[in-house]
Amino acid sequence: MTSYLKIDHVDKSFHRGSRETEVLKDITLSIESGEYVSIIGHSGCGKSTLLNIVAGLLPVTRGAVLLESQEVNEPGPDRAVVFQNHSLLPWLTVYQNVKLAVDKVLSSTRSRDERHDWTMHNLELVQMAHAKDKRPAEISGGMKQRVGLARALAMEPKVLLLDEPFGALDALTRAHLQDSVMAIHQKLGNTVLMITHDVDEAVLLSDRIVMMTNGPAARIGEVLEVPLARPRRRLELAANATYLKCRQRVLEFLYERHSFVEAA
Amino acid sequence: MNMPMRKSEAISAASPAVAEVLRLKVAKPSYVQAKLLPALTAIAARVVPPLVMLAVILTVWQVLCMKPGATLPAPSKIWTEAYDLIVDPFFVAGPQDIGLGWRVLISLQRVAIGYGLAGLIGIGLGTIIGQSVWAMRGLDPIFQILRTISPLAWLPISLAAFRDSQPSAIFVIFITSVWPIIINTAVGIRNIPQDYRNVAAVLRLNHLEFFWKIMIPSAAPYIFTGLRIGIGLSWLAIVAAEMLTGGVGVGFFIWDAWNSSRLSDIVVALVYIGVVGFILDRIVAGIAVIVTRGTTAN
Repeated sequence: MTSYLKIDHVDKSFHRGSRETEVLKDITLSIESGEYVSIIGHSGCGKSTLLNIVAGLLPVTRGAVLLESQEVNEPGPDRAVVFQNHSLLPWLTVYQNVKLAVDKVLSSTRSRDERHDWTMHNLELVQMAHAKDKRPAEISGGMKQRVGLARALAMEPKVLLLDEPFGALDALTRAHLQDSVMAIHQKLGNTVLMITHDVDEAVLLSDRIVMMTNGPAARIGEVLEVPLARPRRRLELAANATYLKCRQRVLEFLYERHSFVEAA
Repeated sequence: MNMPMRKSEAISAASPAVAEVLRLKVAKPSYVQAKLLPALTAIAARVVPPLVMLAVILTVWQVLCMKPGATLPAPSKIWTEAYDLIVDPFFVAGPQDIGLGWRVLISLQRVAIGYGLAGLIGIGLGTIIGQSVWAMRGLDPIFQILRTISPLAWLPISLAAFRDSQPSAIFVIFITSVWPIIINTAVGIRNIPQDYRNVAAVLRLNHLEFFWKIMIPSAAPYIFTGLRIGIGLSWLAIVAAEMLTGGVGVGFFIWDAWNSSRLSDIVVALVYIGVVGFILDRIVAGIAVIVTRGTTAN
């Protein structure tokens, strides 16, 4: 059986002048439809590079990314990205930011009224409908990230790519937003590929955790299944044996076998 | 419904007169004190200092130029000699004898054409240079040299090319104001954050959509900086250009007044030029505030 999203023997190197830096080496990963997969690793290991390759924002050096058996090598709304720093356009309101995506992606299939309804529907999904006329500068970091999520969801992507979406948020806002993402994933059944450097976040949200070795030439070190039933509740999981075991495995990988040596 | 009615009746019955008197006493001065007075103070705080300084300058000037052998006219002399120019900007007494208001309008018309062209071409060229590394490398050094050339140095060349004073004056305005617009637009385009480009890439915006929806709004603060420098330079250039090309603009008026030794008229014209330049700058700055609201990130 062919998988939904397949990263097939991908190598990536960057050239600066005559120097060549190998960032990713022989990455192969298959993701099934509806699966929530996290990629975890130390900073600088190339996990964002991998996400950008899947998004089509960076070309591969060797190998290919296949979505439903079709090679993808340029960006497109079928692989919507929620960027780390929200990337909302500051001159547009919350509504206009989402509407821009809806108008561009769905203009051929839906009428004007339907596009408006769809924009509002997605804002309601992330609980941001009340702030639809505010500009990004007037809302908090967590709210901006919600709008970014609404914009990505509104494109009806085949794969939702999250690039450390909670990285810039404080712990309480982060937990709240993680719950929202879990609820939305539960409701819509999206296929999600998320980059993170937070062990708890990875275990809590993912079906599978992909652990990457340190760069240069980072590889997939280990893939861990998280056999926890959904819906998951963070309070109940805090004492759950499976949860703690998974958490332990990831911590061991990151801090014993591939501890970050380079002085940050 | 009944309960509150009864309550208020009970209160008014207990102390009817005292409450009313008190309310009136507080309410009346509160409008003047809370709204009118602070507003007037705020206006006065901005208007009075410049007026005081103006009075001081005029007094010093008057004292310095009152002596019999003074080379420049004193303010009182200017007032009597150039009275018609000061009180009526829009009189028409003959083909060459018109109010300074008309002359300013004629100069403004030339500025409008030259500056308008500079705006269109400057933003266009700036966009290309900002987008393309090779255009930047090729053109930037040339522009950096050309922009230092004085407006008047272009005049003989443009007179030779156009063989007429009107297009030459417009060309001088254009060539003076176009450089800051090009350079600032290019910087603005180059500074579009990679994030916005990524968003455009994921949405697959085409070139035209990218230009209107991402590029122009993102670069707008830079573009308006260029436009604002440009309008100031155009107004500087038009007066100089008109002094040499003739016609009926405010620049030629100064040259004409100098040739007929009407120094008072020149001073009045200088005040006109200064005030108009100030207004032009304010207008562009005002448009910038309206257009670029919300464009600064975070």
